[in-house]
Amino acid sequence: MRLTQSRYFKAFSEPLIQNNPISMQMLGICSALAVTVQLKTAIVMGLSLTFVLAFSNLTISSMRHVIPRNIRMIVELSVIASLVIIADQVLRAFFYDISKQLSVFVGLIITNCIVMGRAETFALGNPPGLSFLDGLGNGAGYGSVLISVALIREVLGAGKFLGIGIIPESLYRAGYENMGFMQLAPAAFIIIGLLVWLQKSLVKN
Amino acid sequence: MENFISIFLNSVFVGNILLAYFLGMCSFVAISKNMDTAIGLGFAVVFVLSITAPINWLIYYYLLAPGALAWAGFPDIDLSFLKFITFIAVIAGIVQAVEMVIDRFSPVLYNALGVFLPLITVNCAILGTSLFMVERSYTFGESLVFGIGSGTGWLLAIVSMSAIRIKLRYANVPEGLEGFGITMIVTGLMAMGFMLFSGITL
Repeated sequence: MRLTQSRYFKAFSEPLIQNNPISMQMLGICSALAVTVQLKTAIVMGLSLTFVLAFSNLTISSMRHVIPRNIRMIVELSVIASLVIIADQVLRAFFYDISKQLSVFVGLIITNCIVMGRAETFALGNPPGLSFLDGLGNGAGYGSVLISVALIREVLGAGKFLGIGIIPESLYRAGYENMGFMQLAPAAFIIIGLLVWLQKSLVKN
Repeated sequence: MENFISIFLNSVFVGNILLAYFLGMCSFVAISKNMDTAIGLGFAVVFVLSITAPINWLIYYYLLAPGALAWAGFPDIDLSFLKFITFIAVIAGIVQAVEMVIDRFSPVLYNALGVFLPLITVNCAILGTSLFMVERSYTFGESLVFGIGSGTGWLLAIVSMSAIRIKLRYANVPEGLEGFGITMIVTGLMAMGFMLFSGITL
């Protein structure tokens, strides 16, 4: 069997584009957009979510035969919440500035619909290895949307790429101005709407 | 008093929990298709927020915050890292309790809100409000006002969105943009409208 045909590969690659959690399944937009003013915070947020998602899928999938059906939500929530605490503490310890900028949004990974949704729909019915890859794939798909939005907002809004100015000085002197609107909340909604449009038309062809 | 009014107005308009902080988007997109359910869910959110915000305040400042356990004789303990798991457990518990109380005392209200209450546990707006309350170090009274304000802002946003979506049914939206795409763009325009209130200072 070729690598691209195996279900392990599919579990990882499908959520990247065809079944992207944000633009196709419309999950997890909450808490996603607020961190996209800068590229740096978007990358860190994408990584934290991937970590939480992959390990919550792994843990829940390993326990799937022993979790009683009635209280599975509570079990899932406590697994997810513990992983989020780990992610938050690591960020605080090693990347204090970024964790200040992410403020409450790391904590909100707990209620991110992607994490709950993947635990419910995938991890409860599939073996741990497959679930782990599914988590990685969904995390990466989520991160890629976040990073594209952040890239557009940071380059157009502040003229910077990862905090370094990339618009040449001569352009500013010629009358170019940063689009301040990109830094505000409404811009994120509009960019994500346009990205979804782009992706839907690309995937269909 | 002025302080309370300013927190309330700010959380309804300029700092709208949905339009400025993007919280509660999942249920916003899914539920705003229908006006009646949008109103039901909106009121359920206001209701739950005005209970969970003050209760989480009490729990945080009397159990979890650094030095909060001084009354029990442990002034050096800092349990604030437990706030995520505690808040979500409190929210899940309160939602369950509220559901049972409403079921017992007001069947009419239960029929209106019942379906939505379990959904609210995983609504980011609820947890987000509690976390913002801690981050902005509100007092007890302020956290109550902030909870009600955030809920009202969310209610306003989802009801206006569902009204716009009724109109959108007759609009000729480009292929690929219908559904989620256009909803996001309309939300963006709505957010711009709400930001106009930022000129108001009290």
